[in-house]
Amino acid sequence: MTAPIAAGVDCDLHPAVPHLTSLLPYMNDYWRDQVTTRGMTDLISQSYPVNSPISARPDWRPAQGKPGSSLEDMKRQALDPYRVSFGICNPLYGVQMVFSEDMADAFCRALNDWLVKEWLDKDERLRGSIVIPVQSIEKSVAEIERCAKDKRFVQVLMLVMGDMPLGKRHYWPIYAAAEKLGLPIGVHAGSNYHNPPTSVGWGSYHIEDYVAQAQAFQTQLTSLIVEGVFARHPNLKMVMLESGFTWLPAYLWRLHKFWRGVRMETPWVDRAPLEIVRSNIRFSLQPVDAPPDPTTLNRLLDHMQSDELLLFSTDYPHWQFDGDKVLPDGISPDLVRKIMIDNPFATYGRLKQPAIKETTP
Amino acid sequence: MNIQFRDRPEQAPAASVKTAIADCDIHPARATPTELGPYLAKRWHEHLQTYGKHAYQGMMEGPPYPKAQPNASRRDAYPPEGGPQGSSLSFMQKQHLDPNNVALGVLNPLATGQGIRNQDLAGAICSAINDWQIEKWTARDSRLKGSVVVANEDGVAAAAEIRKRAGDRNFVQVLLLSRNVEPLGQRRYWPIYEAAQEIGLPVGVHAFGFGGNPITASGWPSYYIEEMVGHSQCQQTALASIVLEGVFERYPKLKMVMIEAGFGWAPSLAWRLDKNFERLHSEVPQLKRKPSEYIRDHIWWTTQPMEDPERRDHLFELIEWIGWDKLLFATDYPHWDYDEPSRVLPAGVSDTNREAFYLGNAKKLYGIA
Repeated sequence: MTAPIAAGVDCDLHPAVPHLTSLLPYMNDYWRDQVTTRGMTDLISQSYPVNSPISARPDWRPAQGKPGSSLEDMKRQALDPYRVSFGICNPLYGVQMVFSEDMADAFCRALNDWLVKEWLDKDERLRGSIVIPVQSIEKSVAEIERCAKDKRFVQVLMLVMGDMPLGKRHYWPIYAAAEKLGLPIGVHAGSNYHNPPTSVGWGSYHIEDYVAQAQAFQTQLTSLIVEGVFARHPNLKMVMLESGFTWLPAYLWRLHKFWRGVRMETPWVDRAPLEIVRSNIRFSLQPVDAPPDPTTLNRLLDHMQSDELLLFSTDYPHWQFDGDKVLPDGISPDLVRKIMIDNPFATYGRLKQPAIKETTP
Repeated sequence: MNIQFRDRPEQAPAASVKTAIADCDIHPARATPTELGPYLAKRWHEHLQTYGKHAYQGMMEGPPYPKAQPNASRRDAYPPEGGPQGSSLSFMQKQHLDPNNVALGVLNPLATGQGIRNQDLAGAICSAINDWQIEKWTARDSRLKGSVVVANEDGVAAAAEIRKRAGDRNFVQVLLLSRNVEPLGQRRYWPIYEAAQEIGLPVGVHAFGFGGNPITASGWPSYYIEEMVGHSQCQQTALASIVLEGVFERYPKLKMVMIEAGFGWAPSLAWRLDKNFERLHSEVPQLKRKPSEYIRDHIWWTTQPMEDPERRDHLFELIEWIGWDKLLFATDYPHWDYDEPSRVLPAGVSDTNREAFYLGNAKKLYGIA
């Protein structure tokens, strides 16, 4: 087993909102009334059915309530055993599925404020991602600016499957705001289900949706690269969260080949795709979609041609590994240090800053 | 890949010196729009004149994403007698089959009835294309073999067309495209697999097609390059569907070929499927084995556009994870992203693997002596 080292950063933790009603204290009167009068149901995404085996490791499943809904459990099961200095909270509450931008905005504000009060205020290791009402670009930018005043927010969070490919110019004001405020964009697995969850339509099974997350990340990377997001925003970092990474080398070989063939179509792409990935894109460690033998994995890591791409993650409470095997077998101590400490700190600039609130959001 | 016109030196016939190859992805074209005339009923000609193809995409003419070159084809592949690239047998022989010593060429017609919403029209065009393949191509050059194209959204009619071609050695596979109304494992397509298994033909799944779904899980992208690179993602999800729906449990003798969508993604997809199957098998009890085992036993891959890593050891490792016995060489003639036979495999491959890659695997799969 490869042992984790102390003082790392867990870049993908999922605190769960117990229920939509848990956010009521963080909503205004109008939205409190809407939620209760209309009998709105909990926003659980099909991407993560609560009882699905992959939604929580069996030994991390609480006796009652949603997996990931207890801070005490998170401390005992993830923060303490891996002795991390920071853990980044990426709430996967289904606010992106909402169709009304006003409702989405109210729910995102409530969610972000809930994260501060119920999690960040209660454990000084925790950091947060700003969940945005991507249904409205203006409201998303406003929410980023509102939350960014609290330096414990270290990233903006989006889902990998949405209404439009993420490279589209429509989204660029979000990227401009994030770049200006030193916030990476975290792109997490999951869909708002406004489009079929695969590029060839609706499959029958939950496992199909989950496997298809990796292909969604691939098409999003293509979109982000060829639309020129990183030519316009060279300092913007994007982190692919729960994306898998073993598909990356072959994906880049293909993209590179086509880019060489038809680069006249997107002349603003000023660097080769592999260079853009090396400088601007990172990937969370879990899930490791590879066979358990160290030889194959080490060959794959060699195919990636960089030791700066991976960021340590447990994906707590999702079931990606058993026991303490959060790091794959057979990787070198140098790479462990890179993955656990150097790469996350280089990616999340705000981790180096003292976590002082400028104003109360 | 060539994007600029290059004045290629005329290649002398060299069949006697070059090693024979199979080209498992050749695209034959019609010289004129009326070339299907003799094979299509008058009713359908009139229908096409009046209403057009009425496909699962909005453009009456041409593709939604403009290609990199006219007809997505090499500029040096226009036949001297006129017509689009790939429309002349004699020029195909002169430019490609003879100089590259193609011993087996598999035809994959693309502009067929697939992706048309009216299934009666789709079936009529597909049947006409199948007759046309025989008369214009395979009957005139025994190296060429056809693919049975079918009205893909009407499984029953498609199965009838497949059975109609049973035992006809002009055809070596049934052809589908990757993008359909539903993922290819869905039951509406099972009659196609049943008929293909029954008459002993592999099912090829070529990149492209229109089924009305946005071509990414986040909607429509902007550029042709996104469509091209994205074929590998479409193919991955189509294959995941085929495996997870239990198609290979139901049709254990069925063989499938993934055409023109790359193969580099195969190992990672198989590992991801296996890992999640371990935890989620209760959802898909129709699977009796690990997803990767079905892939290993039932799937072949054409090579073009060949993955092109900087380091050849990376390519060799990739191929070893897939199996040297599973790759089928293809050029994609006459398309612009054509792979030149002499340049795709770096040095350092054993003679056995080289022969399997270029010819042996294809002959075995397609039953060519």
